[in-house]
Amino acid sequence: MLDATPRSLPHAPGVGYKAAHFNGLMDDPGPVGWIEVHAENYMGAGGRPLAQLRALSERLPLSVHGVGLSIGGEGRLDPEHLARLKHLIGWSRPASFSEHLAWATHLAHDGAPEYLNDLLPLPYTAATLARVCDHVDEVQEATGTRMLLENPSSYLLFAESTYPETEFLRQVVRRTGCGLLLDVNNVFVSATNLGFSPEGYIDAFPFDAVGELHLGGHDEDRDEDGAPLLIDSHGREVADPVWALYRHVLEKAGPRPTLIEWDNDVPDWPTLRAEAERAEALLAPVR
Amino acid sequence: MTSIVTQGTFRAALLDPRAATPAGLTGPAGATSPRRFAVYRNNVAASLTEALANGFPVVAKLVGERFFRAMAGVFLRAHPPASPMLTRWGEDFPHFLAGFGPAAPLPYLPDVARLELALRRAYHAADAPALDTARLGRLAPDALVTARLHFAPAAWTLASSHPVHAIWAANAQHGPKPGHGPQEVLVGRRGFHPVATLLPPGGAAVTRALMDGVPLGDAAEGADLAPLLAAWLQAGALTDLEA
Amino acid sequence: MSTNTKALAAAASVAAVLAAHGAAAQETEKCYGVSLAGENDCAAGPGTTCAGTSTIDYQGNAWTLVPTGTCEEITVTDAADGMERMGSLEALDRDLPA
Repeated sequence: MLDATPRSLPHAPGVGYKAAHFNGLMDDPGPVGWIEVHAENYMGAGGRPLAQLRALSERLPLSVHGVGLSIGGEGRLDPEHLARLKHLIGWSRPASFSEHLAWATHLAHDGAPEYLNDLLPLPYTAATLARVCDHVDEVQEATGTRMLLENPSSYLLFAESTYPETEFLRQVVRRTGCGLLLDVNNVFVSATNLGFSPEGYIDAFPFDAVGELHLGGHDEDRDEDGAPLLIDSHGREVADPVWALYRHVLEKAGPRPTLIEWDNDVPDWPTLRAEAERAEALLAPVR
Repeated sequence: MTSIVTQGTFRAALLDPRAATPAGLTGPAGATSPRRFAVYRNNVAASLTEALANGFPVVAKLVGERFFRAMAGVFLRAHPPASPMLTRWGEDFPHFLAGFGPAAPLPYLPDVARLELALRRAYHAADAPALDTARLGRLAPDALVTARLHFAPAAWTLASSHPVHAIWAANAQHGPKPGHGPQEVLVGRRGFHPVATLLPPGGAAVTRALMDGVPLGDAAEGADLAPLLAAWLQAGALTDLEA
Repeated sequence: MSTNTKALAAAASVAAVLAAHGAAAQETEKCYGVSLAGENDCAAGPGTTCAGTSTIDYQGNAWTLVPTGTCEEITVTDAADGMERMGSLEALDRDLPA
C-alpha cells in the first residue's frame, strides 16, 4: 500500500475522483496511484462528501485542486474562501494543492461578489503579473503550502497582452516560488485555437517547476471563419494528438504525476482505467 | 490605441447575450470573434443551469426541462452565486419562483424548492450522532415534561399551505398522486441520507419551539406526542436531551 | 392540563413510539456511493449549446413557454376562489395577462 501522506504525488497516473468510481478504484485500480478532488466540493460542514474524502485520503495520495479561488481576479481574494481552503488542506493533508491561472469572481458595484463558475481568461501584462503574484503569495502564506498554478485553455487573445503565456508563468514561478501544473490538453486546445505551435509552447515551458500534468478530452467546433475552435470539455477520451504531445512532454521533462480528467458524461470505471493505462504505457519507459 | 478589457466589461458582456463582444478580444487573425466569446457565455450559463437542475430536481421535473432551462437562464442572471461553493447556490430560488409570472399557475413551487434546499443543506450539514432513544425511555414522566430536546444541524421544518411532501414524494420517490390540503414537513438526516418526513398538523411549530429550547411539556402542550416523536426519530432529527 | 396529566400522557407516547421504533435503530453507513451531483468542476460546457447566447425575456412579453412537466398530473385548489384546477396549461391561459 502507498504511503497515505507522502510529500509529493507518485510519478504515476491519477484520476479525477467521482463517487461512482469508488468501488472500481478500491477493487481494481490498475496503474492508478493517486486521486484528485475539486476543493469546493469538500467545504461543507459534514455529511457523505467529507466522510468519503477522509476514507479516500487514508488509502491513496491526494491532490486538492481548487476551481473557484479566482487568483486572476481584479478584486481581492475572498478571505472566507481562503480560510475554507486552509481548513481543507489542514485536515485532508494533500500531497499537492493546485489552482488555475484564471478568474471567476467579480465584485459588483456594491462590493457583493458574483461567482461566474468558469475559468475566465486574463491578459498577460505587467499589471496582471503583479496581481497574480500577490494572490499566489497570499494563498501560499494562508495555506502554508507551495501551490501549483495551472495553464488555462484559451479561446481568444487579449490585444493588450505583452507577455507570452510561458514567460508569464515563468515570472510567477520566479517571483513567488510556486510550482506549475501543466495541462497538456489545454496547451493543445490553446495552440489550435490561437494558431501557435504546441511543441514550441512545451519547449519554452519552465519544466523545473512542473509538479503535475493534466490530460483530458476536448470537443471540436468552428469559429465564424471556419477556423477550428476546440473546447476543453473533459467529456471524452484524450485525443490522439494530445497523447503525442504528452509523449513529447515526457521526453523533455521525464516522468511526472499525470491526471486523467473526465468531468462530463463520466464513463464507467474500466473506460477511465483504460485511459490511465494508456498514460502508464508512456510513463513506464521514462520512469 | 490598444483596447483594455476590464473584468467588469468582460462580465457585463458575459451575462448579456445581446451585448457586443468586448473590443480588444480577438481570434488569431486579429478580428473580433463572437463565436469564441460565446464559449465563455455558454460555459457560465450551461454550468449554472446544470447546477440549478441538480439542486432542484423535483422543481425541474414539475415544470419540464425546456421551461426549467429557460427559467434558470433568467434566475442565474438575476441571482448569480455569491460564493464558489455551488452547493450553497439557490437560497434565493424559492423567492424568485414566487415572483416569476410564468410559474404562477404552480403556487406550490416555492415550497417544493424550500424543501429541496433543506435536503441539500442536510446532505452537507455537520455530523451529529443520533440520540440514544433508551435515554428517552428511562426518563421519569415528570422529567419528560421539563426535558429539552436537541436537534441535529440537518433538522429543518416547513408548514406549507400545499401538499408539499406528497408533491415531492410523488416526483422524488414515485409516491402516489398528491391530494389536497396543507402539509407540514420535517427534514433531517439518517446517517448520510437526507430524509423528508411528514409531520402531523401543528408539528412544525412544536418542533421549532423545541429547537428554540422550550421544554417538551410546554412546546408540545395539547399536541399528540406520539406521531411527533415518531417523525423526529424517523428523520434522525434528535441528538441529545437535557433532563 | 395539569403537569401530572401531561407527564403521564407524554410518558405513554414515548413508550409506545420507542417500542415501535426499537429495531429500526441506526443502520451502519458506508461512506461511499453516489454523491449529489451539480458540484464544482473545472470543465467547460459543451461548445454546441446555446445556453449562453439565448435568453427569453419574460418581462417583455416574449416568454411563450409553459410548464409541461409532472405538474400536469397535480391538481391544486386555488386559495382565492376555492376552485380546483387541473394541470398547468389551462391555468396558464387563465392567469397570464394577455
